[in-house]
Amino acid sequence: MIVFLLSVIIIVASGFAALVTRRSNSLSTFLGVGGVCAGSLIGLIPTFNVLIHGSRLSLHLPWHFAWGSFFVEIDPLSSFFLIPVFGVSILTAVYGAGYLQHYRQTHLLGVHWFFFNLLVAGMAMVAVAGNGVLFLISWEVMSLAPFFLVTFHSDQSKVQHAGWVYLVATHLGAIFLLVFFLLMGVNSGSMDFDHFNPSGYHHLSLLFLLAVIGFGSKSGFIPFHVWLPEAHPAAPSHVSALMSGVMIKMGIYGLFRSLVLLGVPSVGWGYVFIGIGLISGIAGVTFALAQHDLKRLLAYHSVENIGIISIGIGIGMLGLSWDNPVLVVMGMGGALLHVLNHSLFKSLLFLGAGSVQHASGTLEIEHMGGLLKRMPITGMTFLVGAAAICGLPPLNGFISEFLIYQGSVYGSMFLEGATVGAMPAVIAGLALIGGLAAICFTKAFGIVFLGTARREKGVSVRESRLSMKIPMLILSALCLLCGLLGADILKTAAPVLNMVTMNRFLDAIPLELIKAANSLRSVTWVFAGLILILTGLIFFRKWLLSKRYVQEGVTWDCGYIRPTSRMQYTASSFVQPVTGFFRNILQTRNIVSPPHGLFPTKVSLTTKTPDVFEKKFYSPLFEGTKRILFGLRWIQQGRIQLYIAYIVITLIILLIWKVR
Amino acid sequence: MNNWIDLLIILLILSNFVMLGSSRLAVCIRTLAIQGILLGILPLMIDRQDLVLHTTLVSIGALIIKGIVFPWLLFKVLRRIGIRREIEPFVGYVPSLFIGLAGLIVSLYIGSKLDFPAPESVADVIPLSLFSILAGLFLLTTRKKALSMVMGYLVLENGIYAFGSVVLNKVPVIVELGVLLDALVAVFIMGIATYHINREFDHIDVNRLDNLKG
Repeated sequence: MIVFLLSVIIIVASGFAALVTRRSNSLSTFLGVGGVCAGSLIGLIPTFNVLIHGSRLSLHLPWHFAWGSFFVEIDPLSSFFLIPVFGVSILTAVYGAGYLQHYRQTHLLGVHWFFFNLLVAGMAMVAVAGNGVLFLISWEVMSLAPFFLVTFHSDQSKVQHAGWVYLVATHLGAIFLLVFFLLMGVNSGSMDFDHFNPSGYHHLSLLFLLAVIGFGSKSGFIPFHVWLPEAHPAAPSHVSALMSGVMIKMGIYGLFRSLVLLGVPSVGWGYVFIGIGLISGIAGVTFALAQHDLKRLLAYHSVENIGIISIGIGIGMLGLSWDNPVLVVMGMGGALLHVLNHSLFKSLLFLGAGSVQHASGTLEIEHMGGLLKRMPITGMTFLVGAAAICGLPPLNGFISEFLIYQGSVYGSMFLEGATVGAMPAVIAGLALIGGLAAICFTKAFGIVFLGTARREKGVSVRESRLSMKIPMLILSALCLLCGLLGADILKTAAPVLNMVTMNRFLDAIPLELIKAANSLRSVTWVFAGLILILTGLIFFRKWLLSKRYVQEGVTWDCGYIRPTSRMQYTASSFVQPVTGFFRNILQTRNIVSPPHGLFPTKVSLTTKTPDVFEKKFYSPLFEGTKRILFGLRWIQQGRIQLYIAYIVITLIILLIWKVR
Repeated sequence: MNNWIDLLIILLILSNFVMLGSSRLAVCIRTLAIQGILLGILPLMIDRQDLVLHTTLVSIGALIIKGIVFPWLLFKVLRRIGIRREIEPFVGYVPSLFIGLAGLIVSLYIGSKLDFPAPESVADVIPLSLFSILAGLFLLTTRKKALSMVMGYLVLENGIYAFGSVVLNKVPVIVELGVLLDALVAVFIMGIATYHINREFDHIDVNRLDNLKG
């Protein structure tokens, strides 16, 4: 445990060092990034130790704080989430060092690294906090630091707006968590997690709902997702990668943790998770389809993947309440694996998007094109990430979705009763999500990396520097590795699953895990065969072409003599059939100036897809609140006498009321 | 000796009315000085039977600070900023007097209801102190000049002191002296602040300072 605390201290201290040395950007970057790397590497030691041995490390110190105690514990659940926290932090920090080189003349990078390190340390502390107060403090550190990271380009009004949306959303979520922990603490007489005892509490479902809303707003469950598509595009790419890859997973961690605290779930809770998951998954991917901003698109995909994770948790909870270890292993196991996998491929994709933005100066998909030839590494790694997020074999996204599929297939085939309805819905929903995600990433990859440049600037694009390429290469290698070693990774989840199920299936879970791992392994063999055949085909093609004359032509030739880059599919035209199908949900606004006359000259089409939940729900809500509160503005006159008068009146009323 | 205490209380109440009803700042400061001297004497009157050292000490301290130092400081500020009277307060002087009367009634009511372990002889000090507190708060709320507000604060402080005098032999001397010192420092700071506000804004009307409001 001391080793772990040492790593957190190193991360925080190096953050402060970066802040102190902010006058020198190179020194502060070195200190900040170096601290994150060193601290995270040290932190990984106890993490793996706990995960492999299934043991616990804990430290309990008294603390002069109301209800607080400095109680930290690494149990298997924490360690499982700590791996992406430390691992992805190292990679994004290294990437960030290269990414921010561009801004070393204009920004104080030391300040940025200070908050970056705070974010990493906050996430690590959230994962190990064993006391409600300590948890909330760490949670706040983890939630506040990104505000300063998101507003890196604080001179842009769009970025300021994104920062505020993030701040409001995260605090609204935190209110629910505060109530959640207070109710738990009051009920059990202590804020330490190991003393929490919800059995005497009658409104368990209320606690459950508080946890779902509180943690769900961090994870991005629809309809609490509105901050994601605002904050991720605004933030520097390595920050979006860390936030989307890891930080929103801390919400999932919180949900797992509260499941452990709340005990055996009721059946309804499982359905709530499945319902939220289906809505988040389908709506997330649908909105992603209609986006033209690469990072906004990725942000909506985070919502989608959180939905898939939530479906997995829901299936696992149903298994838990029905005493069915198969469903638990498939559902929870799939969800846990997906947490790990998503943290890999989503950070990879955001880093790729950052490289693209760096090189071409824009995130607008419609302005890019043909980047694969100029940025081969970024392009190939992005392709790996895109295939992984679509759940294509042999990459890691496939195995976790495959497990969840298996769980729902098992549920619909071998169980009776209410599942009969829910499980096929899950299968259909997952299939829909997977298909739409595939379309969406075909669009994203195709428009950005294939074809020809749509703007003049596209011609001068260059590949990013080495410190940005290496993290992307490592992440894409990990995506492939996790895809091939899925079975072995799943086995390490046994202690975690035992914890989440409160050791109710001590014998059954390892058995079921081995079964699931075996089925995954057989899939892996198929992958291996597939890869072999593909490599064979590539060599066969090379051999065929080696003796012939090969000519390279323009992608979109269409038989014209002088094709221009405008004769390509645009992003919106590519997905138009699908977005048209979902137009009732998307509410896309088309601004068209159609062609007129025999020789039309100027024609334009602009499509805008604002977030329906923000437009139809949050905006009216906040506008209404603002109106009501503005009605109270007369109270605030800015006159000191009036404020004193308020105090006087209150005092007199209280005094008279007291002696009455 | 109850008559002496009653006399002091009546004089103090009247001085509060003077504070409420006078527009001339110089008169207000002089009234404040008288109030401070009367307050300094008050504890001595109450504790005549068992005149202990610390009561005397605090009383003399209060007499010097409230009766001499504060008025001197305030006169100094008054001379430096060169204004004579409080013009157009939020509530006029005659209404102020009536409101003061109402405040006195309220204080008497609360004082009669308040179950306070005090000797019979000093029971009337409680309504007085409540009235002083209310009057001070009223001055703070309705006067525009920063200097008048400082004086309102001092009247409020006097009320608290009068209340403390009832229980003086129960409060440690260090606390009592600390309160006096606090008030002294507060007046210093407000005097300096008032002077600087006057220099920056050419006036000390607090209600016109709200252009700094966001």
